[in-house]
Amino acid sequence: MNLSIIETAGLGKRYGHSWALRDCTLDIPAGHLTALVGPNGAGKTTLMNMLVGLATPTAGTATLLGPETPGSSAALDGIAFVAQDSPVYKNLSVADMLHLTRNLNRTFDMGNARARLAGLKIPLKKKSGKLSGGQQAQLALTLALARRPQLLILDEPLAALDPLARQDFLSSVMTAMADDGVSVVLSSHALAELERVADYLVVLAEGEMRLAGVVEDLLAQHRILTGPSAEADVYTKRLSPVQVKRAGAQTHLLVRSDGPIGADWESAPVSLEELTLAYLRAPATRAIDKEAA
Amino acid sequence: MTTLTVAQPRPQTAPRPVPWHRMVWVTWRQHRPTMVTIPTVLGALAIFLWIMGLRIHHDWSTLIGCHPFQSNACQALNSSFNNTDWSIGNTLDILMNLGPALLGAFAGGPLLARELETGTFRYAWTQGIGRRRWTVAKLVLIGVLVAGAAAAFSALFSWFFQPFLVQQPFMTPLANGVFGNRPVTYAAWTLLVFTVGACAGMLIRRIVPAILVTLGVYTGLQLLTRLVLFKSYPVSLVTSNPSVVGVSSTLSSSASAASGTSNLPWTLSTWYTTRGGTPASQSLINKVLALEPQNGQQPKYTVAQALAHYHVTEWWRYIPVSRFWPMQFIEGGWVLVLSILIAVATVWLVRHRAA
Repeated sequence: MNLSIIETAGLGKRYGHSWALRDCTLDIPAGHLTALVGPNGAGKTTLMNMLVGLATPTAGTATLLGPETPGSSAALDGIAFVAQDSPVYKNLSVADMLHLTRNLNRTFDMGNARARLAGLKIPLKKKSGKLSGGQQAQLALTLALARRPQLLILDEPLAALDPLARQDFLSSVMTAMADDGVSVVLSSHALAELERVADYLVVLAEGEMRLAGVVEDLLAQHRILTGPSAEADVYTKRLSPVQVKRAGAQTHLLVRSDGPIGADWESAPVSLEELTLAYLRAPATRAIDKEAA
Repeated sequence: MTTLTVAQPRPQTAPRPVPWHRMVWVTWRQHRPTMVTIPTVLGALAIFLWIMGLRIHHDWSTLIGCHPFQSNACQALNSSFNNTDWSIGNTLDILMNLGPALLGAFAGGPLLARELETGTFRYAWTQGIGRRRWTVAKLVLIGVLVAGAAAAFSALFSWFFQPFLVQQPFMTPLANGVFGNRPVTYAAWTLLVFTVGACAGMLIRRIVPAILVTLGVYTGLQLLTRLVLFKSYPVSLVTSNPSVVGVSSTLSSSASAASGTSNLPWTLSTWYTTRGGTPASQSLINKVLALEPQNGQQPKYTVAQALAHYHVTEWWRYIPVSRFWPMQFIEGGWVLVLSILIAVATVWLVRHRAA
């Protein structure tokens, strides 16, 4: 799997005077479920809007599915996007939504879509607006999957769902990945529910990318060093830790390094949640760069 | 990594686009309320207009067939036509002027604003068909529907109104409030308001403000056209012959010509020259006009006599009724071109300013 499903270089978007996202460089290989994690206002939706062609970048470039430009017909053809709150036409029936989506796309697997909805016990005759939040999200996902996309982009699909519906939704996504080899990018402001399913992580905060990589690699590259606070400054200088936590005589350092450590120090693996939170809390790299310069 | 990406086989670099005709069903299904309501409401109004029209045409033919015209019976018919029938005709003529604004704004305003207001644009504009086809198809299909409906309805209205153009003094096809109700201009203005509505919806992103702004823009453009542009269409003629512009040379110019025909031209301006062809001074004009009747008293001289006495010629710039159709196509033409430009701008906005 060498194909880059998403490749961006210095991608940025400015609204007025403020940057919603800046200097975002990514190279996500195909076949992953990518979790795009960050608090509200981190730039997740902005990034997704640029990827699906709804927003034009102010700076930088993005290519999808290999060489395609966001918003081009080839890109639109290969990507299915479910926006936040799964917008559907509330006055149209579920069956009408199916026909609508079929008419708007080159490929549409009507049989599969009907079967999925039947399996979810979503009645075709019901108005989309009368469905529950979970059913509406499932309808939007069904419409997206029936287009047989190579890349599925989901913006905060779990936010409006109760825990049971979240479980169902994620298992639908996982099934589609296993069956059709769809690559998925899924944004969330809470990592907890994605921890078990995501195998690629992108952390955004304050409009900039803090961390990106294959989850397994990231976990292998990072570790928590625990040792006497007296020696902490030496390591802080040498390893420039992502996070420093002082607890009395002991200090915990989250570092991205496999360099040697002193005998008084212990090294422990880091959990994905700890790692993500550490990068979210870390001061903006831009600020660090400025200080360094 | 980049080299690997470039080396990837590109099986479908340019997939065949989703065919246009698919948008017919999409537009129909999404805009069924609009596409049903407009023909239904206009159809019902057309039946009403047709029934009223039959009555008015009947009254009119009875009136012109009435002999002798001075008899009491004929005068009663004449009075009835000038009062009852004319008040119906005049009221409907005034109401007709609202048509393009209402049709266009309520079909055009929500077209894109609803998608933006409810967030469904994120669904619609990320489908395989692409935003350009989606927008162009909707603008064309609904635009043709509203413009066609407007043209058909105003054609019926033109038939309905015809007797009044003959009967009512100074009521010409070029008059304000009459000219715009004829099919070519009526359809063009409806289309313009529709495209303005769609564009405003795209810019404002909310339905009600978009409709209000559209109505405001329409009002402004109408005033500009009726008060300024209408006079500058290159069809006007110049004459010094009073009878051409319906001014009686035997009576004073302010008296009713009462010619009883619809051939009165639309006078745009009037001015005076002296014998040498130079413009007459204001004091000279005042002298001439002082000979005109004052306070309804019988004039001592006719205007013609007064003009002759001072060697002054009165000139008129006017539009003859025979220029009615060129006028219709001039106004219909520029309004149509403007509509197309706004539609193109709207498509551009949809492509470049989505989120």
